[in-house]
Amino acid sequence: MADEQAGRSRDSIANTLIVAISVALVCSILVSASAVVLRPLQLENQDLFRKRIVLEVAGLYEPGIDINTRFSAIEPRLIDLETGAYSDAADAATFDVLAASNDPDMSIDIPPELDIANIRRRSTLAPVYVVRDGDRVEQVILPVHGAGLWSTMYGYLSVERDGRTVRGLQFYEHAETAGLGDQVDRPDWRAQWQGLLLFDADGNPAVEVVRGQAPEGSPHAVDGLSGATLTGRGVMDLVRYWTGPHAFGPYLARLAREADRNE
Amino acid sequence: MSETKSILLDPLVDKNPILLQVLGVCSALAVTTSLLPSLLMCAAMTTVAMFSGAAISAIREHIPNNIRIIVQMTIIASLVIVVDQTLKAYAFETSKQLSVFVGLIITNCIILGRAEAFAMKNPVGASFLDGLGNGLGYSAVLIVVAASRELFGAGTLLGYEVLPLTSNGGWYEANGMMLLPPSAFFIIGLLIWAVRSARPKQVEKPDFQIHEVHRTEVL
Repeated sequence: MADEQAGRSRDSIANTLIVAISVALVCSILVSASAVVLRPLQLENQDLFRKRIVLEVAGLYEPGIDINTRFSAIEPRLIDLETGAYSDAADAATFDVLAASNDPDMSIDIPPELDIANIRRRSTLAPVYVVRDGDRVEQVILPVHGAGLWSTMYGYLSVERDGRTVRGLQFYEHAETAGLGDQVDRPDWRAQWQGLLLFDADGNPAVEVVRGQAPEGSPHAVDGLSGATLTGRGVMDLVRYWTGPHAFGPYLARLAREADRNE
Repeated sequence: MSETKSILLDPLVDKNPILLQVLGVCSALAVTTSLLPSLLMCAAMTTVAMFSGAAISAIREHIPNNIRIIVQMTIIASLVIVVDQTLKAYAFETSKQLSVFVGLIITNCIILGRAEAFAMKNPVGASFLDGLGNGLGYSAVLIVVAASRELFGAGTLLGYEVLPLTSNGGWYEANGMMLLPPSAFFIIGLLIWAVRSARPKQVEKPDFQIHEVHRTEVL
């Protein structure tokens, strides 16, 4: 009898609501508390990982080194993308390019016909990392991002001092399909980017992710990623956009002129 | 005492959630290419199993029957998020390798199965132990599968070289298939075969008997 009564009140609408609301409340407090408490550590990890990718893309990373120490040896600079000149408008080391891209005062709309990377807006200033060998620029590391199949992919492109040759390309954040699109992280695929020429004879961005195997000896093409045609195309488009005339093109042209002068 | 012991130890071999009930196989296939992420996955899964069991058991007298699955899922999902956040804070690189699979613990049938079948009917302590036992049973299988896949697929264990590969001047030719998902199926299949040979009680009755056909019946 007592059991039956307990059963009825347990299944009553009032009790159902009370249980549902209190479970939801307790769980949401738990989830938000853990998110808030752990946030600083997670950000630190992400930042360290991003720095590691910068070092890896520059070929400066070895397992076991202290990432912060090695990272502090390369010089962050700000570029005015319009002119391609170095700018001192803000502190390059702490410049948040993603926040700037959403700030109407610090960013511009990308005209749709130029927006092959599908990012709509970009910051007018962009941070780059300059690796020097003595006084001479050895390579520059450019932040790049653009749409893949599902997600925006964020990475770094390292360019030799001649402003034309790729040293490396690597992503630190994307959410492409596990096993297919995430092949962009495959070391052997990344290695194919090394030595690629960014521009064709007329100076247009010419990097190409082909379907299937890249033709032997082609200076612009890397193999396609099987099962990830669209992610591959996204990578191609974002590299073309960021090395093109609307983004780092003017800066790379300056680098090339400087390198030619010094030769 | 012996009951406590059987709650904890039975799921290891006798009532192993993967081998006997063939639950939770999805993540067992996906994360076992190498040992380190598998260990992390085991820890995550066991933690969620223990605490979800205890939490659900603690309020089992109050959970209305008609929304019990939703309540269980809410608790499990919250715990999984907490575990995922913790991994991102303290084991960033390995948690990157696990990508979506920590989140997918929410849909791991072992956890919901134990919540529904055990925690809803048993006291807190027993439910906690049941979660621990089932987590360990899951872990045991994952560790065996991951260790054999990493050892024979890459010649290493936890990243340390055990079988020197021919590509590095050693004698072992890496078996690339071990790094692909089908190999996990083979290994789990072999494990099930081994356990059921040792414990014939686990063998299921066939769903139907193959009937011997006489020539006259065909005509």
